Amino acid sequence: MSVRPNARPMGHKPPFWRDRAKRALIFQVLVIAAVAAFLLYIVGNTQQNLASRGITTGFGFLDNTAGFGIVQSLIDYSSQSTYGRTFFVGLLNTLLVGGLGVLAATLIGFIVGIARLSPNWLIAKLAAAYIETFRNIPLLLQIFFWYFAVLRTLPGARDSLSFGEVFFLNVRGLYLPEPLFESGFGLIPLAFGVAIAASIALIVWNKRRHEATGKRLPAYWLSFALILGLPLLVLVASGVPITWDVPELRGFNFRGGVTVIPEFLALWLALSIYTASFIAEIVRSGIQAISHGQTEAAQALSLPRNLILRLVVIPQAMRVIIPPLTSQYLNLIKNSSLATAIGYPDLVSVFAGTTLNQTGQAIEVIAMTMAVYLSISLTVSMFMNWFNARVALVER
Amino acid sequence: MLNKKHVVLLASAGAITLSGMANVQADTLEETRSRGAVQCGVSDGLPGFSAPDDSGEWQGLDVDVCRAVAAAVLGDANAVNYVSLNAVERFTALQSGEIDVLSRNTTWTTTRDTTLGLNFTGVTFYDGIGFMINRDLGISGADELDGAAICIQSGTTTELNVADYFRANDMAFDPIVFDTSEQTVGGFQAGRCDVLTSDTSQLAALRIQLDDPDSAMILPEIISKEPLGPVVRQGDDNWLNIVKWSLFAMLNAEEYGITSENVDDMMDSENPDVARILGQDGNYGEGMGLEADWAYNIVSQVGNYGESFERNVGMDSPLQIERGVNALWNQGGFHYAPPIR
Repeated sequence: MSVRPNARPMGHKPPFWRDRAKRALIFQVLVIAAVAAFLLYIVGNTQQNLASRGITTGFGFLDNTAGFGIVQSLIDYSSQSTYGRTFFVGLLNTLLVGGLGVLAATLIGFIVGIARLSPNWLIAKLAAAYIETFRNIPLLLQIFFWYFAVLRTLPGARDSLSFGEVFFLNVRGLYLPEPLFESGFGLIPLAFGVAIAASIALIVWNKRRHEATGKRLPAYWLSFALILGLPLLVLVASGVPITWDVPELRGFNFRGGVTVIPEFLALWLALSIYTASFIAEIVRSGIQAISHGQTEAAQALSLPRNLILRLVVIPQAMRVIIPPLTSQYLNLIKNSSLATAIGYPDLVSVFAGTTLNQTGQAIEVIAMTMAVYLSISLTVSMFMNWFNARVALVER
Repeated sequence: MLNKKHVVLLASAGAITLSGMANVQADTLEETRSRGAVQCGVSDGLPGFSAPDDSGEWQGLDVDVCRAVAAAVLGDANAVNYVSLNAVERFTALQSGEIDVLSRNTTWTTTRDTTLGLNFTGVTFYDGIGFMINRDLGISGADELDGAAICIQSGTTTELNVADYFRANDMAFDPIVFDTSEQTVGGFQAGRCDVLTSDTSQLAALRIQLDDPDSAMILPEIISKEPLGPVVRQGDDNWLNIVKWSLFAMLNAEEYGITSENVDDMMDSENPDVARILGQDGNYGEGMGLEADWAYNIVSQVGNYGESFERNVGMDSPLQIERGVNALWNQGGFHYAPPIR
């Protein structure tokens, strides 16, 4: 029996600093403690400094009356509302321009991206020109362009551009008729709900039947017709219980209807068009990343062209497209804070602008604003990661 | 992406977060002397109050307050570093110590005086909010403004007072809020809003910036009290005294007829009030850590309040604002400076 000369006696553990795992743990705890201590110091120091300078701190100001007006609000707001409410007004305005911007940018981006791959020379070159132009001009300049060069040159309220005496466009914005729902209108959302439920059932049944028998119906077209047709049918049958509040020139300006303010239009157009140029390139690269052999193989199976795209190319392209698409969505939402440059009442303009200045609570307001952008971005990121996992290829 | 406003805000918030305790009870007078210049926060360009002239020199009533402080403290009215601030940036810049005096047509209100860690030192200009409209609208009074779109500068008391006025009169309005006064003028000229609102003194200044000043008129109504004055940080009472008494010296000089022209002749004056102001009878600057000639320097280099008023905003200036309530107390106005003795 041989004994290694340096072997420790049985039952004696090595000292903890010789144990790699324990050592790593100790270092990590030390780092976390150092970071926490630093943060505690920062918070304590800030509070002490603010107190010694006689600056009021805390979030109590959120319950005070704001006292100023906001031009666009998706929820009830008056100058009698609280500062807390201005936060939500700004937040919703940010989400509105961000959400509609994401929709429009995706739509334009996919169309332009696919157009750039078109065999038609003119369409491909137009798409390329669009991308190269809008991708290479700073966003702020584009916002200024739409706001100052385009929307500011529209005629005044009394010489508005009129579209069928129902839509009006002038330097104050776009005026649309607003639908007013009368009693009996409740049936229509109901019909809409029924149509959606029926469509889902139809698609599921069709899929099972297809797998079992190989036969299938054009279920998507049928559901589309159902969702559109059923509410329309109910609408007509119930005698169209909608009246339209058409904007009308009274006094200074149009009254009634819905007003889309030019600040919103400029910001939305600029954000959508700018981001769409990046999305178009992402879509093009995604499609080109799929090897041509895939298409040829699908052709060899004599799949029709639309099915090749839908079943072979796009599912694989999505895998390439979605991660950079997420970044573009995040960019768009964060870029919406440029609203403050043209006075669109978004979170930065209303809350981190006016509210901050009226209350003087810079640290609280800026912290809340940063937290909001962080949460929106993380939420979008999480959703897109989930979606990415859904469309990712299942490797076998 | 961040614009300048947010960089300043973040930097200032960061300064408050990180700065040690040492500079909290700062001696602004000592810092100013060792720096050799007063750090003065002014507007982003408001003719008559604070705006650079053709040669790039800052001129205006608010600028003269800073020049007076520099004259009193350093003996040189030109020893001023100007920091241009918009309405949103101004208080944070003062709180964080980027500037020593904020002299930027700032309205004195309870909230600002008591919750921001700041002190107002007096009133340089008694103002009130008014409305400017296009003559074409055919409107003669503010009570006809129901439903108007109104261009306002962000972060001002105007935002609050206009909302109050329309609510009190049961009228509606659309606030179109911009960061700078230049943008509000742009919006007004393009027809984005019917009405441009601000302090009446500012309206006079903004009106002469229009392409066609005669196309616009200022409505007669004044809907609020806007006493404008310089602001300093709380916690340095001596500095507060210096800024406060620099303005009082200008007002007292006008009251006793001392001007930048005659100040040297006045040195021999028999009038005891004049002798005290000019430091010929006792040293009234001592309590503030200043030399006896502190007020002499102010008057000789900057002038008295009346001179500054006429030069910058009064009849000698393009603004042509009447003295009105801004006259001295013995001439029917509000300005009443405590005596120097």
